[in-house]
Amino acid sequence: MNPLILTSFTATSCIGRGLAQTLDSLLAERSGLSLCKFETVDLDTRVGEVEGVDDQRLPAHLARFDCRNNRLAELAIRQDEFDRSVAEAADRWGRRRLGVFLGTSTAGILQTEVAYRRRDPGSGALPADFHYAGTHNSFSVADYLRRRLGLEGPAAVVSCACASSAKVFAAARRMMEAGLIDAALVGGVDSLCLTTLYGFHSLQLCSRAPCRPFDVARDGISIGEAAAFALLERAPEEPGRDDVLVLGIGESNDAYHMSAPHPEGHGARRAMQAALSDAGLEPAAIDYINLHGTGTPSNDRSESQAVTSVFGPTTPCSSTKGATGHTLGAAGALEAVISALALRNGIIPGGVPTANVDPTLTALYLKKNRKAPLQRVLSNSFGFGGTNCSLILGRNG
Amino acid sequence: MSIAAYIDGIGFLGPGFSDWPRAREVLAGRRPYEPAPAVLPVPSLLPPTERRRVGRVVRLALAVASEAAAQAGVAPAELKSVFSSSGGDGHNCHEICRALAEESREISPTRFANSVHNAAAGYWSIATGATPASTVLCAYDASFGAGLLEALAQVTVDQEPLLLIAYDTEYPEPLNSKRPIPDAFGVSFVLTPRQTTGSLTRIEAKLAGASIDPLTDPRLESLRVSIPAARSLPLLRQIALGSPGCVVLEYLDVSNISVQVVPCA
Repeated sequence: MNPLILTSFTATSCIGRGLAQTLDSLLAERSGLSLCKFETVDLDTRVGEVEGVDDQRLPAHLARFDCRNNRLAELAIRQDEFDRSVAEAADRWGRRRLGVFLGTSTAGILQTEVAYRRRDPGSGALPADFHYAGTHNSFSVADYLRRRLGLEGPAAVVSCACASSAKVFAAARRMMEAGLIDAALVGGVDSLCLTTLYGFHSLQLCSRAPCRPFDVARDGISIGEAAAFALLERAPEEPGRDDVLVLGIGESNDAYHMSAPHPEGHGARRAMQAALSDAGLEPAAIDYINLHGTGTPSNDRSESQAVTSVFGPTTPCSSTKGATGHTLGAAGALEAVISALALRNGIIPGGVPTANVDPTLTALYLKKNRKAPLQRVLSNSFGFGGTNCSLILGRNG
Repeated sequence: MSIAAYIDGIGFLGPGFSDWPRAREVLAGRRPYEPAPAVLPVPSLLPPTERRRVGRVVRLALAVASEAAAQAGVAPAELKSVFSSSGGDGHNCHEICRALAEESREISPTRFANSVHNAAAGYWSIATGATPASTVLCAYDASFGAGLLEALAQVTVDQEPLLLIAYDTEYPEPLNSKRPIPDAFGVSFVLTPRQTTGSLTRIEAKLAGASIDPLTDPRLESLRVSIPAARSLPLLRQIALGSPGCVVLEYLDVSNISVQVVPCA
């Protein structure tokens, strides 16, 4: 592929608002997971909740978009002057030449869950103040941000479960290569809600402890929430030293099971191979793999096999979900931003809070931070329905 | 800048429409439109245990995808796909929200797994063994336009055939009052980068400020505006007519999509 540049990027999750706090947490090997006290949820589990989301106000003329998911989006675009970078790009290219491609799995469905408790006892009708289009519908987060930032190019939400916001990079790249746009706002936003908390609980996939990816005692995920964004443009001929580029994207389907990965990771392997081929790179060119690494026994086993089959057992890997929680539809973008921070700061983030790596998993899992002059990082995102996406980010040189 | 592809197969299902050959007669004006509730076939692609479990949205998507692939004579397992829907499985969503509003908050694991927006794409890939990339979009009322742009951009950039499926089904009450979609409507195209012996028509699309083309039949026009996937109807009508022409399809509030249609000889 023709490389793209991340002109600007930012992330907000339970380990920090914006890049500086996020990097500090990674350097300190800190997890942001805490006992679940979210809303009225009575589950014995840990979550990665972002503090202060509900204090965030939206502009009055966009009140119909008011919900936790869009508040989180608003909070996040205010970090790292990201909203200003987007405005500058819109000035540079024209607002019709900027696309908006965002990933989410549940958007503002919390609004509907709460509205169902407030149904009219007689008619069963939802309350008058419930706005479906601006909150519940998957497109709401893209529609909110395109209005908030005044963007008029093509826009869509990619909703492929937990691969959603990795796949938005592919959507933006195709639109750019087809000549329909010159720049794109990409990213992912997913916020805590009852559907995912009780849903993953019903599948017995939630850990009571903070999730421990690749640990011998791993027993499930911890759900988190995040908003992470990047402004993508075509890479210049000679990128600067600190510039972070998208070098390759690979997508595949397991075609195996709705809620379980292929046991040998065949789909994951194909996504990683496709990303390498897209970037024109050999496996040895990858210095670090940010794993999907959810912390369920089967997911990690499947991914470890896939990684080892492509890279062998010596490429350093870790999952940052023990720090951030599994942020579902936002995970791809959040982990792309974490990968960009890793590249810029020459650090492989340790996969906390994993204590004892499962000896049957052959991928080289790092528990502690390691300094390394990273040039290229691969980030994996896989989702329900067997949908897979791998991104390769890199620096010049 | 424009993006283009050949259409090698069409799948079509909606209120009063059971398949593309019959819909073509109606859209071309050779037979009258007779509105009737959409009949969604049991998905024979799926194993018997799963046929009962999947909702209307999966039945609809699988039906139109199967029809388009069969007409094009291509193996579904080889095709990349773009799915686009404004809302996923409304009945399943209602059952989850209803259960979460009760004291016990017990939701079924199958319901939860089926609640993802990419459920239809997942069932399709599992049933057909399709491992190439697939993506699933939502753009509210602009979902058909978003799917068409994504699909044509993919075919233009990657030069590989692809299956586009746009589909919507209704919510039950009380969500239906907030998002009134009257019935199921789905359309599917097999798109190829180069003309084949089976190519039906060539389409070339670009973003346009021009105003949209409504349909002259008031009942078809009412269908077009009430179901997001039915925003495709002016394009389908032009294809049904079998003559070259340009149609403007509704997309976002700030732009529409102009499509040039040229039938293959």
